Amino acid sequence: MPHSDPAMDDTAIRLGVDALIAAYADCIDEDRLEEWPDFFTEQCRYVIISRTDYAAGLRHGIIYAASQGMLTDRVMALRKANIFEPHHYRHIVGPTRITRADAGVAEVQSNFLAVRIMHDGGTQLFATGRYLDRIDIASRPYRFIERIVVLDSHKIDTLLVIPL
Amino acid sequence: MSELGVHPITWPSNGLSEVPFVLYTDPEQYRLEQERVFKGPTWNYLCLAAEIANPGDFVATTIGEVEVVVTRDASGSINGFVNRCAHRGNLLCFERRGNAKEISCIYHGWTYDLAGHLTGVAFERGVKRQGGMPPEFHKDEHHLARLKVAELAGLVFGTFRADAPDLEDYLGPAVTGGIRRVLNRPVQILGRSTQVLPNNWKLYFENVKDTYHASILHLFLTTFRINRLSQPGGITIDANGGNHFSQAKMDYAAEDADYKEAALRADSAFRLQDSSIVESIDEYGDSVSVQILTVFPAMVLQQIRNTIAVRVIRPRGLEQSELDWIHLGFDDDDDAMTERRLRQGNLVGAAGFISMEDGCVGGFVQRALRYDDAGGGVVMMGGHDAESQPFRATEAAIRGFWKQYRALMGG
Repeated sequence: MPHSDPAMDDTAIRLGVDALIAAYADCIDEDRLEEWPDFFTEQCRYVIISRTDYAAGLRHGIIYAASQGMLTDRVMALRKANIFEPHHYRHIVGPTRITRADAGVAEVQSNFLAVRIMHDGGTQLFATGRYLDRIDIASRPYRFIERIVVLDSHKIDTLLVIPL
Repeated sequence: MSELGVHPITWPSNGLSEVPFVLYTDPEQYRLEQERVFKGPTWNYLCLAAEIANPGDFVATTIGEVEVVVTRDASGSINGFVNRCAHRGNLLCFERRGNAKEISCIYHGWTYDLAGHLTGVAFERGVKRQGGMPPEFHKDEHHLARLKVAELAGLVFGTFRADAPDLEDYLGPAVTGGIRRVLNRPVQILGRSTQVLPNNWKLYFENVKDTYHASILHLFLTTFRINRLSQPGGITIDANGGNHFSQAKMDYAAEDADYKEAALRADSAFRLQDSSIVESIDEYGDSVSVQILTVFPAMVLQQIRNTIAVRVIRPRGLEQSELDWIHLGFDDDDDAMTERRLRQGNLVGAAGFISMEDGCVGGFVQRALRYDDAGGGVVMMGGHDAESQPFRATEAAIRGFWKQYRALMGG
């Protein structure tokens, strides 16, 4: 991305992207999951995939959502159907890097670390990886058109029910 | 198996419907299982033939806890051998897959061909006529320990025992047919992941064979009122007991119509917003919507609607195991079919709507048994035998597991 591109210098876009990414993590970690689908556009993609699968061009996701409705269904299933021990995450998201931007879409990368805190207090590093985002910046609030969660490891401890 | 001695675990009877809890907690039992089950006359899944399509391709994997390598050699044959140098026991392949002309040990440079034959010993004749191997050393006495391998429907299996029955005899005709039914054309891998389970490997393998728990522990389908209209099914168990498949049928077209019609009604609070994750087609043309098949001791072949996966349960200590998921499609899938499989993929795996509970329930059992493992579990649903049954409210396949397990373990 050349520095001459005005998008790179657009502080407002940077701030908007950072705010979106921070609010997303806060929504999950503070268990306001009913708001989670609203971070995405109606037509969207949310995929959790391992680094090795992603590098190999494979498409299967540990979670594979292709619409906002599928995200809503995830939350409903978590609340009403699936059985698991209560736990929450704490996301630590690193600095965002805007790799491309035009008037409508920003492509953004960030690193994350998610710690899992079980109901009995047991605290473990649960996942690390990269967010590869395409963000709709043409309208407010900014929303994810696509969020690919690339996990550094292909191993998941026990189960994955709360989104990353 | 009595040459290894009789381990003190005693079963309450010769029956199969009372299972001592100590089987999941005893370290000596775990060690004996590695010898008698995984290194015994059993067939273990190694890889897909498609993963080693070309000469030189190799996959490093495990049978039980034992490190093994599978290769395709220049003649096109598949070879399996232990992943352990004959010199000092060093691990030969530490990458999970790749392509190589030969297998070379990084430690002292011993080399093997792709069939596991020792071909080179560094400084075999010493340096400047000093040192080197004595004349009685012969390379052909130091080949890698070979596995017997066999391929069925694109799946590669291996056994440590030369006297193991042929693979299809081991599986029996029905289970062989169940594999061929699902893997009836060339596969492609859609993705892989591994679920780390906080429990003994047997608890997961029993869970897969347990058709009793499905609609009780996994509430997703009932919560979202995905009515599986008319569900004839049953369980087929091979003569040895350890291999099986369960099947359920449904009327794909009626289900689809029902769900779409119901979604239009006012009671949509517990309906999927996007029902594409269950929109499926009868790709085998036999109305079977679920076929869960196991190959003793550690492999599962799953068809749930249009999700196809191989699962392998790998013991990683008495109270931990790793469940590998290999999600499959077929070479002849068009884009719509691939997308269908990817969406339905949400049903299974570590985050699967109808499978995630299996990741924690074994751990709950393991936790409850820790330091409280007297007595045993009761698996009497559907009787006391390990015979095929035309219904699924049964634990017959679990009893089948124990039938073969006890025959191998000698207890």
